[in-house]
Amino acid sequence: MAEHAAAAAPKLELVDVVKRYGDRTVLDGMTLSIDEHEVVCLIGPSGCGKSTLLRCVDLLDPIDAGAIRLDGQAITRPGVDTNAVRRRIGIVFQSFNLFPHMSVLDNVTLGARRAQRRDRVDAEAQARELLDRFGLGDKIDEFPNRISGGQNQRAAIVRALMSDPEILLLDEVTSALDPELVGEVLGVIRELADRGLTMVLATHEMGFARDVAHRVCFLHEGRVLESAPPQELFGSPRHERTQQFLQRVTEAGRL
Amino acid sequence: MIAPARESALSGFFRQEGARAGVIAVVSTVVFFGGAALAVVNSPNWPRVRDQFFSGEDFVEAWPDVVGGFWLNVQLFFWAMLLIPVVAMLVAVMRSLRGPAFAPIRLLSVVFTDVFRGVPLILLILLLGFGVPALQIAGLPRGATFWGLVALTLSYSAYTAEIYRSGIDAVPESQRSSARSLGLTQMQALRFAILPQAVRNVVPALMNTVVSLQKDVALISVLGVRDATREAQIITSRTFNYTPFLAATVLFLLVSIPLTRYVDWFTARDRRLRSQAQV
Ligand SMILES: Nc1ncnc2c1ncn2[C@@H]1O[C@H](COP(=O)(O)OP(=O)(O)O)[C@@H](O)[C@H]1O
Ligand SMILES: [Mg+2]
Repeated sequence: MAEHAAAAAPKLELVDVVKRYGDRTVLDGMTLSIDEHEVVCLIGPSGCGKSTLLRCVDLLDPIDAGAIRLDGQAITRPGVDTNAVRRRIGIVFQSFNLFPHMSVLDNVTLGARRAQRRDRVDAEAQARELLDRFGLGDKIDEFPNRISGGQNQRAAIVRALMSDPEILLLDEVTSALDPELVGEVLGVIRELADRGLTMVLATHEMGFARDVAHRVCFLHEGRVLESAPPQELFGSPRHERTQQFLQRVTEAGRL
Repeated sequence: MIAPARESALSGFFRQEGARAGVIAVVSTVVFFGGAALAVVNSPNWPRVRDQFFSGEDFVEAWPDVVGGFWLNVQLFFWAMLLIPVVAMLVAVMRSLRGPAFAPIRLLSVVFTDVFRGVPLILLILLLGFGVPALQIAGLPRGATFWGLVALTLSYSAYTAEIYRSGIDAVPESQRSSARSLGLTQMQALRFAILPQAVRNVVPALMNTVVSLQKDVALISVLGVRDATREAQIITSRTFNYTPFLAATVLFLLVSIPLTRYVDWFTARDRRLRSQAQV
């Protein structure tokens, strides 16, 4: 059944999604479809709605119109078990991800222990294995303020992976980091991409997007203005707006 | 670099940057307070004031009754300290629930804080302490002390709920989002992720509330309940000597000064630990 469904429907689908904050329409008929194993980067100027899109997909903000589908099933319908949907989707934010009053291990296992009501021993075994794999094996008992920003973000990614999410959403997870710490976090994301995890990344790291993304989407006025493989979008953008944006990014030395 | 934060107010008061500075601090303190004392003692009415307010005899005589009354203040303080954090937390949590379904609960919380913060505590004590027993509703306690405690709890809970709420609001939004994204319910997110941080944020503010509560338990005396203030008043109206009030004052100071010192010490330590935590 799973295979059939995967062939029939994209992993994640946004159809005419509208999201408003007060009178400001942030997502204005956003339509976007992401296949299983696909890595998609969202780019666009600050305030264009990248974070809003990711928050809406994880049901952290309600949408005002349209639909979001996961494996062909609308998750934005009333009556859907939002907590169950959220466990199928992982999300990591730009900053303040880990809970500062908990050790790395407790942070990583909180969802498993409290939301999934899994056995602590079992959850901790899985957490240790994941933390080990991402180079945090010696930090499990540390508190977030005792480890670096890069280690914080890696632990946050591990925490999001604990429920074996089908999609991982990453919202500028390296923007708040010191430059020398960016690489280690991007390394983790690259590894996840290689393993075939479906991911949507809002990012300002154009070089990384070019490297790791299967497709790059440029957001403008609440919609996807242009969507293409990275070589194409960065090499020969079709829309003037995209060109202007990439021009500015290049001038800022980020491409 | 962290030295200023390490000192409590008292140790900072006589801070010595060398022996000479220490001597200067002591001398100037003696001169200042000595001068102030001399000015009072030499004022024309001092002998009368001394007999009226500082009579050793009256002090000793009033002491047992005032201490007996003070015991009621201590009990009130104790019960209020148990009740206020619970009620306040409930009100604060109700207010921070999100989503349209919780709108009535949020409204209830807003009305609670607006009303009980808006009414002067002394009026609330009078209203509940005299009003509710007068209604003679079957099953409700009639004791003035009980309703005084209720008034204290309601008023302080309203303030404390706002303190909690400011602590909750200070937790970054992505903390709540992170918790929810793990599949935690709203209540679980509050309990495990948000509230521990929120409470830690406002510990100094909470402790100042405790100091102020410790004094406000004296307001219960407006109900005629025989607490320390009331006992002092009773004796005063018989002897026309005000020394019993001094006895009550001393009792309250005996509790509030150590409490205040402790709060200062704790706040300074808290600040130091926090500044160290920033790697
Ligand atoms: N909770 C909110 N309330 C009101 N406006 C918001 C809120 N979140 C985001 N916005 C607005 O929505 C727009 C898009 O924000 P965002 O999705 O964060 O953009 P991006 O991540 O692309 O920089 C911005 O103009 C922002 O001010
Ligand atoms: Mg953003």
